[in-house]
Amino acid sequence: MYEHLETAQNQEKLRRIAIDPVSRVEGHGKVTLLLDENNKVRQARLHIVEFRGFERFIQGRPYWELPVLVQRLCGICPVSHHLAAAKAIDQLVGVDPKNLPVTATKLRRLLHFGQVLQSHALHFFHLSSPDLLFGFESEINKRNIIAVLNDYPGIGLQGVKLRKYGQEVIRMISGKRIHGSGAIAGGMNKALSKEERDYLLLDIDQVIDWSTSAVNLVKKIHCSNLPYYDEFATIRSNYLGLIQPNGALELYHGGIRCKNDKGETLVDHYDYRHYNDLIHEEVRSWTYMKFPYLLPLGKDNGWYRVGPLARVNNCEFIDTPLAEAQRAEFKAHGGANSLSAAALPPSLAVEAMVHSTLATHWARLIEMLHCAESIQRLLHDPDILGQDLIAHGEKRYEGIGVIEAPRGTLFHHYQIDDNDIVTKANLIVSTTSNNQAMNESVRQVAAEYLSGRELTEPLLNNVEVAIRAYDPCLSCATHAVGKMPLQLELVDAQGHLIDKIAKHSDGQVERIND
Amino acid sequence: MTKPVLIFGYGNPGRGDDVLGPLLLDYIARHFNLDGIELLSDFQLQIEHALDLADRELVLFADSAMPGEICYKFYELLPEKDRSYTSHAMTPQSVLDVYTDIHGQSPPASFLLSIMGETFELGEGLSPVARQNLLAAKSLVNELLAEPEIKTWRRIAEQRQPFRHLIQHK
Repeated sequence: MYEHLETAQNQEKLRRIAIDPVSRVEGHGKVTLLLDENNKVRQARLHIVEFRGFERFIQGRPYWELPVLVQRLCGICPVSHHLAAAKAIDQLVGVDPKNLPVTATKLRRLLHFGQVLQSHALHFFHLSSPDLLFGFESEINKRNIIAVLNDYPGIGLQGVKLRKYGQEVIRMISGKRIHGSGAIAGGMNKALSKEERDYLLLDIDQVIDWSTSAVNLVKKIHCSNLPYYDEFATIRSNYLGLIQPNGALELYHGGIRCKNDKGETLVDHYDYRHYNDLIHEEVRSWTYMKFPYLLPLGKDNGWYRVGPLARVNNCEFIDTPLAEAQRAEFKAHGGANSLSAAALPPSLAVEAMVHSTLATHWARLIEMLHCAESIQRLLHDPDILGQDLIAHGEKRYEGIGVIEAPRGTLFHHYQIDDNDIVTKANLIVSTTSNNQAMNESVRQVAAEYLSGRELTEPLLNNVEVAIRAYDPCLSCATHAVGKMPLQLELVDAQGHLIDKIAKHSDGQVERIND
Repeated sequence: MTKPVLIFGYGNPGRGDDVLGPLLLDYIARHFNLDGIELLSDFQLQIEHALDLADRELVLFADSAMPGEICYKFYELLPEKDRSYTSHAMTPQSVLDVYTDIHGQSPPASFLLSIMGETFELGEGLSPVARQNLLAAKSLVNELLAEPEIKTWRRIAEQRQPFRHLIQHK
């Protein structure tokens, strides 16, 4: 739709505007807009640099260190890396998922639900200042959102407490608030005690109530201006994610399902250990970050989205009742309103995929509710207190673990030698999978909102809102005191810097004159 | 019962000098009586850390910082809303702002000790420069914990104030 904006003709005649977060190390993003002499957007590219050097970080280490070691790759979702690594090294000790002890599998699921709930709850918290997630394009929008928020006092505190609850789930299972080591090769290293289970049960009803409230809130905001929110940064794409054998939403383990923009299933229940035959990664000269694509569809058409929107789109149902009711409403909205509905005959419209990029927030909170319900179900399951935690098998030399991290499908792939040392590592993180989609959304925003208009802070905010919908993983475990301002440079057709402004993390905009 | 002083050292031990905050905590754990002091560590700051500030009298955030001209910076913090485009980074000031938002009152007196690092790449160890700066920071902590009171910490921060313009905080 906006592919023509990736590489412009006659670039020497274009001015360049770069939106560049100043960053001390890797993990920063930059948006580059090339304008022509009439201030029309001719080219848009989103650069995100992340995870450089992680293979080097992992290679040469004994495999059993990996579940702890890889947590240092990301300070936001270390548990996702922990579990993906654990699933991969299960295979190195000859244990397939079906052979993992029942209790170990359920403890890992509980741990994962805690992590995803915690991660998604941050977006509920951000709804207390929804311009960050939804933007305030107009005063009408602003009034609509503030009116909705009046019915939801205290959402900031609820968001914080939901995160805290997820963190407590992690602490009870892995033994520590951070750097825990719950999952090990072939199982888990610690059982959940009855006291720990009862402690987590104390607040779970409240957590489910707040999560329900969160979905209702984001739904109301989204529906307060459907034409705008359904179209902002919206792109048609393929979708990829794990799925249960019965077609239900899956976050921990399953086969890969891919659907196209019309909702047609391209790949189903695909064994992720053969991911190399399904997904290739294209390297492009202008960015360090690769562009994964589905091999059967090719580079041009095979790019896809992962994450909450993909997962909720791909599944046939969610196996917890409250989240399932919300999913049905979400999909009905898609059928009634999304871009895809217009392209489908009326009889199929209800089954249409939801392509709205901002609906990712909605899907994210449906998943948060699913996590809360799943935590409750697991805490009431007698297996969760079992003591059989480890399985054993014959050594293998290659292991692949895949999990649905909060932001999308996460691949860990290791090879080891006779001394159990990792000789090769490959990771595909969700932000990499979403790379093309984020570029497409930025191009959409640039084409719709920046072309022919003066470069202003509100317009740049729209680019930020599009990026935030994907919540890309940028820092990868480095914290960042004050190091996330956006820097904008204006360079003329001859390459001369003619203007530079910086937007700091507190929202202040500063014009910089060297 | 909540301990009156919280020291929160944060950073990623997998990324070179980013570990300075947690290393400072290790030093405090070994050399001080922790009856009135709670130590807390994490990779990076997040909104739920606002809950850890409740019922404190004094809070010290300890962090590593970009290379600069002096070995550390120490100053008092005020709440400030974070409007960055990523959920991956929070400032201690924004944690204080979250505290104000969710509790409806001012946060406890809070200070930041940022220790200058040099290298932050994945898998690197502590640089010699960071090691030197950590020694200086330990000396400051000795001073702070000898008298963990707001007036004293403000006085010490004031004494360090003239040096603030010399560095570019990360």
